[in-house]
Amino acid sequence: MMDTRKPVISVRNITCGYDETVVVKDVSFDIMPGEIFVILGGSGCGKSTLLKNMIGLYEPMEGQVLFGDNDLVTAQGDERNQIIRQFGVMYQMGALFGSMSLLQNVMLPLEEFSDLPHEAKTMIAKSKLAMVNLENALYKLPAAISGGMKKRAAIARAMALDPQILFLDEPGAGLDPISSAELDELILNLSRTLGITFVIVSHELESIYKTADRVIMLDKDVKQIVAEGDPKELRDTSENIFVKRFFHRMPSLGKTGQEVKCPVAE
Amino acid sequence: MSHRTLPDNHPGAAATTRSDVDGIHISLKGRLDALGTAFLWDDAVTLVRSGQHASVTADCADIEYMDGAGLALLLKLREEAALAGGKLTITNLREEYQQLINLTWDCELPQWTPKAKERRGFAEAVGKATEEVLLGLREMIAFVGEATVMILQTIRHPSQVRWKDVLLSCINVGVDSLFIIVLIGFLMGLIMSFQSAVSLQRFGGEIYVPNMLGLVMFREMGPLVTAILLAARSGSAFAAEIGTMKINEELDALTTMGLSPMRFLVIPKLLSALAMVPLMTIFFNMASLVGGAIVMLSLGFPLVTFTSRVFAYLHFGDFWGGMFKAVVFSILVAGVGCLRGMQTKDGASAVGLSTTSAVVSGIILIAFADGLFAVAFYYLGW
Ligand SMILES: Nc1ncnc2c1ncn2[C@@H]1O[C@H](COP(=O)(O)OP(=O)(O)O)[C@@H](O)[C@H]1O
Ligand SMILES: [Mg+2]
Repeated sequence: MMDTRKPVISVRNITCGYDETVVVKDVSFDIMPGEIFVILGGSGCGKSTLLKNMIGLYEPMEGQVLFGDNDLVTAQGDERNQIIRQFGVMYQMGALFGSMSLLQNVMLPLEEFSDLPHEAKTMIAKSKLAMVNLENALYKLPAAISGGMKKRAAIARAMALDPQILFLDEPGAGLDPISSAELDELILNLSRTLGITFVIVSHELESIYKTADRVIMLDKDVKQIVAEGDPKELRDTSENIFVKRFFHRMPSLGKTGQEVKCPVAE
Repeated sequence: MSHRTLPDNHPGAAATTRSDVDGIHISLKGRLDALGTAFLWDDAVTLVRSGQHASVTADCADIEYMDGAGLALLLKLREEAALAGGKLTITNLREEYQQLINLTWDCELPQWTPKAKERRGFAEAVGKATEEVLLGLREMIAFVGEATVMILQTIRHPSQVRWKDVLLSCINVGVDSLFIIVLIGFLMGLIMSFQSAVSLQRFGGEIYVPNMLGLVMFREMGPLVTAILLAARSGSAFAAEIGTMKINEELDALTTMGLSPMRFLVIPKLLSALAMVPLMTIFFNMASLVGGAIVMLSLGFPLVTFTSRVFAYLHFGDFWGGMFKAVVFSILVAGVGCLRGMQTKDGASAVGLSTTSAVVSGIILIAFADGLFAVAFYYLGW
């Protein structure tokens, strides 16, 4: 199936890493409006690094990150702010501001960037928290709530300014199965009702099957995309050794003698 | 043979070798646990090493038991064989131990050699260190510059400042440290007056104690000690707070929300230090005068003698000079505290390092600046 719509994000030949070490090399992919796009791969393969380069926290060594027609890598000043305003980010550990209540956390972007009356801002913040089922914890401090609640609050904060795109870094990590399932439901709900595009970093197979429209898979040694497509299709039909190992939870084969080498998927 | 002995209840462990045309045959016997392996390690390794043959066969038929220690011995024998250009063949190993060995056998263990760490020449080491110092200095100057520009901007756009944060920080920097400032000021005034009074008494010069006290405190000690206390109390707190936020990705969150951490976190702290430190210095000075007054009273001088002599010799120039110093010190201390916080690397110990570094750099900066002030004031004739 060819998609004729314009991608919301195009990552073009991006190479990123730290100092001299390259973590992800020459990777390109497109993200379509409204889809739930998952970047997956084992721990340490550079998922978070790629994400942070995509949202402009780090400057990639090479390549472009196009939001529409604008390149975030080279954008400065107002152009950059305009791009940044299009998306919200949920960090791996929530990154809620510890000295503020949940309500204040969600209010913060509103206070900084909107001219609505104070009452309206409070109402918006409350409604966002209600969307993630936290209406009973509005005045709690982040330290006083559970891990799952923190992640949901972080999603509420990321949605404060009604962004078109949400980046989530390992939303399910460290959560019990129930909280994790609730989070999946929330993501599906938001995607269906608000049409938000999700870019999710994850390695939780269950959630991926449930939520993802399309995945790309990174590998630590190859440093590139080793597979791309629908997760269930990949699981059932792919002959790619990386995909098989990941989706069927096979331990690394290196130690039993069969050396693992595989061509990079195109 | 071995200088180690086995305890009585150990079933024993031994290694014997013979050489033939095929290479060295080493047969391992007994219980290769930590004790047994330690017992025969040196012998086994020396035997293989002195065998002068590349190819080594380890006969493991008589191994009763083997754990991680025995595995390490086999790995070591393999390494020795590899060093001699050959390889180790293991024979007759029981199935369960074969599995144990499979866990690591295919990994190439890096050889540890002391030479692996690159040794730098003296000149190179000095050069590297200088480069690091200069880079650090550059970063500091860039940071101070950015902060100064931002503070000047706040004068034009006061509404962009988060005044609530400034106020909270003022309470932390100012109100909460009032007690310790006043206490130290009082004690320093008391001790200095007392010590100088004891010395001057021999010449009948106690009457000059107030002159000295006022001048020393207002010009020098007041700003200096207040700034050092600020570095210890607030500089470290700034570094810890911002460092923890950095580790929790809160700084990243701010940046992707389009909020500058500089404006959001650093400026309120700098402003509060700027406002509070001169005030704290005044409190310090006054408390030290109270300490001095108590000494003079106890020596039998009336209070009015003390006050009139203090203020007769203390000019407004001295006062403002001290205040100016306090302002500069406060920016240095608060600035370097925030900078160290922002520079925090990953990991829990990183926050501790930044905190320490904030205090140390703060005090060094104060000392430098104070030296510069001494020279400048001298030439300006203040
Ligand atoms: N701040 C950093 N400095 C240097 N190397 C880093 C840093 N963060 C991560 N890395 C390295 O980059 C690689 C990818 O890390 P990361 O993107 O966090 O992996 P993932 O999120 O897929 O688990 C790892 O090898 C890690 O050691
Ligand atoms: Mg990660």
